[in-house]
Amino acid sequence: MTKSKKSSNLMSYAGTVGALLILCVILTIASPNFLKFSNFMSILKQTPFTALTACGMLFCLITAGIDLSVGANATFCACVAGMMIQRGITTNSFVLVIVALIVGTLIGFINGTLLTRLHLPHPFVSTLGMKNVLWGASLWITGSQMVSFSGLDGVMWLGAADVGGVPVSFIILLILYVIMHVLLTRTSLGRSIYCAGGNMEATRLSGINSANVLTFCYTLSGFMAALAGVVSIGRSGICNGVNAIQPYDTDAIASCIIGGASFNGGKGTMIGTMIGALIIITLRNGFTLLSISSAVQNMVLGLVIIGAVLLDVTRERMEAKARRMAAK
Amino acid sequence: MSEYVVELKNAVKRFPGVLALNQMHLAVKPGEILGLIGENGAGKSTLIKVLTGVHQPDEGEIYVNGEKKAFKNPNESAAAGIACVYQELNIEKLLSITDNIFINKWIKGPGGLLDYNAMHKKAKEVMASLGQDVDPTKAAGTFGMGVQQMIEIAKAVLIDAKMIIMDEPTSSLGEKEVEQLMKTCRDLKSRGIGIVFVSHKLEELFELCDRVTVIRDGQYIDTRDISGWDNDSLITAMVGRSLDNQFPKEFGTKSARPTLSVKGLMEAGVLNNVSFDAYGGQILGFAGLVGAGRTETMRAIFGADPIDGGTVEIKGKPVQIKSPRQAINAGIAFLTEDRKGQGLVLAESIRNNLILANLKGFCNGPFLNQKKIEEEGQKNISSLRIKTPSIDEIVGQLSGGNQQKVVIGKWVNTDSEIFIFDEPTRGIDVGAKVEVYNVMNSLVKAGKCVIMVSSEMPEILGMSDRVIVMRGGEVMADVDRDSKHFNQESLMKAAWGGKLDD
Repeated sequence: MTKSKKSSNLMSYAGTVGALLILCVILTIASPNFLKFSNFMSILKQTPFTALTACGMLFCLITAGIDLSVGANATFCACVAGMMIQRGITTNSFVLVIVALIVGTLIGFINGTLLTRLHLPHPFVSTLGMKNVLWGASLWITGSQMVSFSGLDGVMWLGAADVGGVPVSFIILLILYVIMHVLLTRTSLGRSIYCAGGNMEATRLSGINSANVLTFCYTLSGFMAALAGVVSIGRSGICNGVNAIQPYDTDAIASCIIGGASFNGGKGTMIGTMIGALIIITLRNGFTLLSISSAVQNMVLGLVIIGAVLLDVTRERMEAKARRMAAK
Repeated sequence: MSEYVVELKNAVKRFPGVLALNQMHLAVKPGEILGLIGENGAGKSTLIKVLTGVHQPDEGEIYVNGEKKAFKNPNESAAAGIACVYQELNIEKLLSITDNIFINKWIKGPGGLLDYNAMHKKAKEVMASLGQDVDPTKAAGTFGMGVQQMIEIAKAVLIDAKMIIMDEPTSSLGEKEVEQLMKTCRDLKSRGIGIVFVSHKLEELFELCDRVTVIRDGQYIDTRDISGWDNDSLITAMVGRSLDNQFPKEFGTKSARPTLSVKGLMEAGVLNNVSFDAYGGQILGFAGLVGAGRTETMRAIFGADPIDGGTVEIKGKPVQIKSPRQAINAGIAFLTEDRKGQGLVLAESIRNNLILANLKGFCNGPFLNQKKIEEEGQKNISSLRIKTPSIDEIVGQLSGGNQQKVVIGKWVNTDSEIFIFDEPTRGIDVGAKVEVYNVMNSLVKAGKCVIMVSSEMPEILGMSDRVIVMRGGEVMADVDRDSKHFNQESLMKAAWGGKLDD
């Protein structure tokens, strides 16, 4: 019985994996450069930023919430490290990375606290506000200057280094995804997260401290965003406060939704989110290879998100109808 | 021309598995106030909804002024002159009184724009005619419940309603507001409007009504002039049915001292000085009308709602319970009345719902113990006879009875001492009911303390060792199974506010 459940779970990824493969086939035909080792490694190098922010986003989405501040948080964390160099506070790579991670985690914790302890009505409010605060703060602390990290290989290592061509950041991403997958599927905390998203009141009345569960999700989202910020430093060698309003949040949300998460909560998996992130990054990679203008890129990505959700709700409606018919 | 303004004849309404109305009659004369009473679930709501066109009767006719009508929707009923003030008011609190009164009946000026001058003037007039001197431009939410109800009545007056149904209009009003409402009712009556007054309060019926109709189990029982009724005859007419032997009551051994002892529980406006003892090895029934404060009492004990005063002792030891988590740790299990909204995560599997109240007990360190979950889950499924193709079935797919068994399984797995069952058999079929009773029996025989809140009088009498009757957030009576008051009449009397002699 367990076996059949597992195989049906794998089947549920068939659609998204298929979409990814079809995308790859199209790009292979359209561009001679797509099917090259270096291009694949370039995709793997770009995936971690989106996949890390998507990981935090997924936890929030499962609880029927959302974290709109992931992109700004990542930028802010990078800018905090940049500011410390700019002002000559330290150039110790270890300290820079740790401070960035702590700051991001703390911001996530504040998001969670605003929602659960100070009773803001919906995380949309708190995290949208937080996004703007972080955008301004990123520019403010760096004096709106771009800061270069050149020479600081320790800080850059996570985003820049590779093992036999495979980016370190992608290897670490995979390890984190496995850990988070186990957390979601095999621990009581993971069960609590899904159940809180499915029915908050029933979860609370089952004696689970749902406020703590939610706070954990937003704190984790903050940590993942900070890690993404550190990866972005290594990838680009700079930090730039202007990036805080890049559509990183949209990419993260799109990854989760394409991967099967729902805005209504209670749904979504790490595996699906990984495939979703790969689809988004592969799309962006294809746009670059085919020299498609950023205006068109934005339109296509927007349509992909709408299409993915449309597909999801249609599938659910069909299933519900099939159940009604079967019950008759 | 008929003697009645509205007449309902031989109405039958079936819902899947339930006969909600069976040969129901109701007749209202113009310019009279007709009281309508019945127990919880007697069919009052369905009757109202048939009259207002929300439900269509499967059989039977409705006559308005002697003319046969069939309402396909609430608009047609309103057009025929039938209005209803529901217990839950349909007020847009942020909009002005005028906006509320004229919703979908706007007065438009030349050019199609709304003519607020005319609407405000008219709104002021109508409200004044109902004894309310208010500024109609103010938001409805800034007024009390009494005025908000008058807004609903004003809507009815404005469509020239021939009959107004008031569904428990006094349940959320203060004393002065009730007085004003009664005055308004008499005033409407003098204008020739027929009023159906649904109430749980007998004294109000005697004060206000010309005639009273009693219904029971979806059937019409009797209508008499108010002088033909008294308290006892009304209650007998409401409950008068025999107990079938569908309750497999078994007895446990009563513990020497109370397992749960509640003293002076207070929750402002909801509970007033609620005290009782519950013993191990017994089922303590909680009877009362809907809204009597039974569920609120249980939620307060369970830490689901904050309390303003009172103490809870478990096995003689005082406990501080501020959250459901603390309650569970103290050994209390609470099967909520609303199993879909508060008991289950419908989109999750049986497996996951069964462990929800005791995640720690199903874990090795931070990790779920899948083997134990599988074993205990299969045990739950067989002992509770949950009918399901597999333990991984999504709970939302199960029937009501099987869903309820999953909730029970969830709480049995917590190994609690005190089990609170709030309406445990609501909406489930007879066979599943008996299985739920058997679970209670086995808990009692294991020495556990069971508290059962139920609005089904036969269930209370059939399964309880002792019964507490509540009304308006207070304990009205505490009746032992051996007492001469352990019968439907006495319990109903207490539930409707009567005193039981010793």
